[in-house]
Amino acid sequence: MSAHATDVTPRAGGLRHKLPGSLAWHLGSLLILAVILYPVVWVIGGSFKKSEDIVGSLDLFPGDPITSNYTRLGEGIADISISTFFLNSLTLSVGSVAGILLSCSLTAYAFARIRFAGRNLLFTLMIGTLLLPYHVLLIPQYVLFRNMEMINTYTPLLLGKYLATEAFFVFLMMQFMRNLPKELDEAARLDGCGHLRIYWSIVLPLCRPALITSAIFTFINAWNDFMGPLIYLNEPDKYTVSLGLKMFVDQEAVADYGGMIAMSLVALLPVLAFFLAFQRYLIDGMATSGLKG
Amino acid sequence: MGTTVTHAPAMEGLTKDSEPRHGPVKSARPAALKRRRRRENLAGYLFMSPWIAGFLLLTAGPMVASLYFAFTDYNLFDAPRWIGLDNFSEMFGDPRWRHSVQVTLWYVVVGTPLKLLAALGVALLLAQSRRGQAFYRAAFYAPSLIGASVSVAIVWKAIFSDDAIVDRTQKILGVDAGGWTGDPDMIIYSLVALTVWQFGAPMVIFLAGLKQVPRELYEAAEVDGAGKLRRFWNITLPMISPVLFFNVLLETIHSFQIFSSAYIVGGGAGGNACGPADGSMVYTCYLYVQGFENSRMGLASAMAWMLLVAVALVTAVLFWSQKRWVHYEEGAR
Repeated sequence: MSAHATDVTPRAGGLRHKLPGSLAWHLGSLLILAVILYPVVWVIGGSFKKSEDIVGSLDLFPGDPITSNYTRLGEGIADISISTFFLNSLTLSVGSVAGILLSCSLTAYAFARIRFAGRNLLFTLMIGTLLLPYHVLLIPQYVLFRNMEMINTYTPLLLGKYLATEAFFVFLMMQFMRNLPKELDEAARLDGCGHLRIYWSIVLPLCRPALITSAIFTFINAWNDFMGPLIYLNEPDKYTVSLGLKMFVDQEAVADYGGMIAMSLVALLPVLAFFLAFQRYLIDGMATSGLKG
Repeated sequence: MGTTVTHAPAMEGLTKDSEPRHGPVKSARPAALKRRRRRENLAGYLFMSPWIAGFLLLTAGPMVASLYFAFTDYNLFDAPRWIGLDNFSEMFGDPRWRHSVQVTLWYVVVGTPLKLLAALGVALLLAQSRRGQAFYRAAFYAPSLIGASVSVAIVWKAIFSDDAIVDRTQKILGVDAGGWTGDPDMIIYSLVALTVWQFGAPMVIFLAGLKQVPRELYEAAEVDGAGKLRRFWNITLPMISPVLFFNVLLETIHSFQIFSSAYIVGGGAGGNACGPADGSMVYTCYLYVQGFENSRMGLASAMAWMLLVAVALVTAVLFWSQKRWVHYEEGAR
């Protein structure tokens, strides 16, 4: 990244005070880094401390680390194994990813590559949903799913993902598709391909970066989601990791601080793993979202 | 979906672009053109069908329903009963509602500018691309990904509680105010700190904007003897103003909708959903309490519509103000 960034950056050159400048730059960056990372380091250190030492002690890492906070998680929360929560979250996250990839890419293709009557109107509506506060839909959607007897199922949490309601991803994929050369479609059309073939065999494979970005964001959002599961799920064995964690906090906050901290960290692991593996896709996806407004 | 297969490749070749331009289509017969256009429409709506279904079922329909509920008394079990504007008069007369508005506005007004300032400041720092830039960028971005999680909210509650690092630090500085999460007046600042901590997402967008500023502009300004501050004010700021606008718009709208972190950082074991003495009772927390704990779906819908009106007003004002301070490429400089 930095290799190609040098030539487009303001004030990149300047041999004048090269060394002190770069030293100050690194010191500043490291200082910010320390503030950013403090909570993360704190939770890692705390998870190896005894419960009573976690908040009061300023030492980041304990002198005599213990692992009982983690082994204790094997007992589960309220008689439900931790793996149940993880499996539930995984089901929801993977289900969300599949839905978003399919439904949003179809919508994006229509906006980017098909000239149909009413396209501009629909596009305006879609952008409108991007700015619409979710809370306006919260209660009527709850009433709707309740009338359809879908409370305590995953349908309310997944259905929207299969119906392209997440305009952000439609927008992201659409921007990407619009930049693919038109000649590709024309060549395919000469060979007698219809839109479905062009979408599936030409456009989708070329959109891989946008699809990967969308998939990771979707996974992480679904994994972190709290309000949706809080409202729609009410049997603990259907709970996601987020809800399980909240249940843990409500039950044991005072008694088992260590277990709570350890569980918090474990709950974050999938997100952190995704971030480490795919940070380039995430950051590039984020960056382009703001540019072509 | 076999309907989208085209049968007339030769004809397709003539109309280079499906866009109805005047030039190249002259040789295509009107009938064929019409058929082709109909096929495009059909394909378009087939591809759009999931979105259209979702829009009608999960967005437009619910919005209409919500508007109706706002004028009713509805507890989920009995049919909604029309009560006119009663929900709204109750809402405006409710001190707890007014308190939640205040808390939310305070959170938006303090948190959003701080977050954006941090994002812009760090983006300017990182834009001086040096070795390790990509690493720092990734590390600073990470909190934005995990910040919405229950885990981080739990950690936050701990860090800002009595005797933890923040309390100890302020004691060293001579302030003995106790932990923030137990203090009705301070707890909101722990939430502000949480949102500022997540400055990475707008920072990445700022950085992308900064990279698109042509270097020649800076060089020309330097030749003219413009100092660093002037160059920032007269070149950088106008050039990134579209990106700044985008960030202000999105962050403001998001701030209004804060829920999870307030609910968890403020949530005590005693069933008090939103902080000591309602200290972190943000708007959506109260909406949740009224709707899902007190089963007052009508009142909660009215609250939701007030939120929508507020967000729409802020959006409108921002778009209106755009003319004055946002420079798009043609009109720049």
